[in-house]
Amino acid sequence: MSEIASNGGSAWTPDQPMVSIKDVHKSFGDLEVLKGISMDIMKGECICIIGPSGSGKSTLIRCVNALNDIQKGSILVEGLEVNDPALDKLELRKKVGMVFQQYNLFPHKTAIENIMMAPIHVLKQDEKEVEELARELVKKVRLEGKENSYPGELSGGQQQRVAIARSLAMTPDVMLFDEVTSALDPETVKEVLTTIQELAEEGMTCILVTHEMGFAREVANHIYFTDRGVIVEHGEPATFFDDAKDPRTKEFLSQIL
Amino acid sequence: MEFADYFLELYENTGWNFVFLYEQYEYDRVLEGMWVSIKLIVASLIFSLVVGFIGAWAQGVNSKFVRNAIAGYIQLFRNTPPFVQILFFYFVLGNLVPTYDAGGYQEGYIDSFGWAVISLGFFAGSFNVEIFRSGIEAVPESTREAAEALGYTRLMSYIHVIFPLAFRVCLPSLNNNLVNLLKTTTLAYGIAVPEMMYTANQIWSDNVNVSEMMIFLFLFYVGLVAILVYGMHKWERKMKIPGYG
Repeated sequence: MSEIASNGGSAWTPDQPMVSIKDVHKSFGDLEVLKGISMDIMKGECICIIGPSGSGKSTLIRCVNALNDIQKGSILVEGLEVNDPALDKLELRKKVGMVFQQYNLFPHKTAIENIMMAPIHVLKQDEKEVEELARELVKKVRLEGKENSYPGELSGGQQQRVAIARSLAMTPDVMLFDEVTSALDPETVKEVLTTIQELAEEGMTCILVTHEMGFAREVANHIYFTDRGVIVEHGEPATFFDDAKDPRTKEFLSQIL
Repeated sequence: MEFADYFLELYENTGWNFVFLYEQYEYDRVLEGMWVSIKLIVASLIFSLVVGFIGAWAQGVNSKFVRNAIAGYIQLFRNTPPFVQILFFYFVLGNLVPTYDAGGYQEGYIDSFGWAVISLGFFAGSFNVEIFRSGIEAVPESTREAAEALGYTRLMSYIHVIFPLAFRVCLPSLNNNLVNLLKTTTLAYGIAVPEMMYTANQIWSDNVNVSEMMIFLFLFYVGLVAILVYGMHKWERKMKIPGYG
């Protein structure tokens, strides 16, 4: 299967998992951060990865768009093998959008320029068309009137929504959210979560690393709990939150709920 | 010609001989010298910025050979006197360049002006590489990652994201280096580039008015540096990002 897949993305069909993670191992030096993680995410699914800090959640999703490499295992994104030395990274990044904890906007560009940059520079799309799309995205993340503001002039929540729009402008098939509300003031968390929830409801495939349990419960199709580099337990939100089996999960949930 | 008369009288009465202010021939010489200086400054400035831009990028490439080459270049040019560099370029490298018949004598395809621009550009460029690097290191890794995640290649993110941010950070130290370069262009005198310093020397040889020419040189370079610094500050203000830094 992986042999066929690594020969090109055409092998993928929508009845297969959009993202398929199999036995992924990742070490930083001597420290093994991921010790054999496997999960499948179907098209249109929204999954949340939760767990204590240092459990490897962020590392895992960073591996999905090749910001980190892996030592062992396989990650297929629409049939594209991420762990292939000959991987066409641009091809992967067209499929996978990513939003970071610290927004990471380009501070020297206005909100709308941030959104427009990558489609123009990377995809070489027509500037007029990109601008049209960018204005739609601004509306979608409810930032009308802020188009010409610089990131430094926006609140954290607003910056994060620009970052989401910037990622969406590349029309990805999967969105990765790496603790996107962790750096935000409590009152702006909701506006960002609402944006993500709307995306998920529209059918965008989403992988979130999050500490927002209420959000995970409401929006996710599936929850994965990781601790020390392994998936301890996973399940649908209702069963996961109310009927956790593993003592480590129980302990974690008791501490944060 | 009241202005000229004044300086002629000044000379006759006091001995202060600002000959280029009352004699057309010397006046033209000074203008020409100033013009060559300005051309030399602008050309070496631009060349040094290009060297800095490319060098700072090449410092981060995967190829160890390229990185070492850049490191070697910086060491070589930072650790030798610019005057020695100019002479080396002109007399050593200049000998290796093919010549053509310029009506009875052989002339190199790169003249002394060209060699001055090249050597001064590489000299200031070696500092610019390090200055740009300091700016690049000030750009957070996370910004680089964001560009990478959007599909930018290393070169594209350098051009569109990293360098524009790094440039703003390092403008103050870049100012210093460019001011230094401006002043260092007087060394082109050593290979007979007819810039202002060289011209002043010719004029004082003909008129024995060293003090006067020295005063003029001082004022000329003070003025040029003032203009450069004014322009750079204006640029710095214009590039300031609202709500950043």
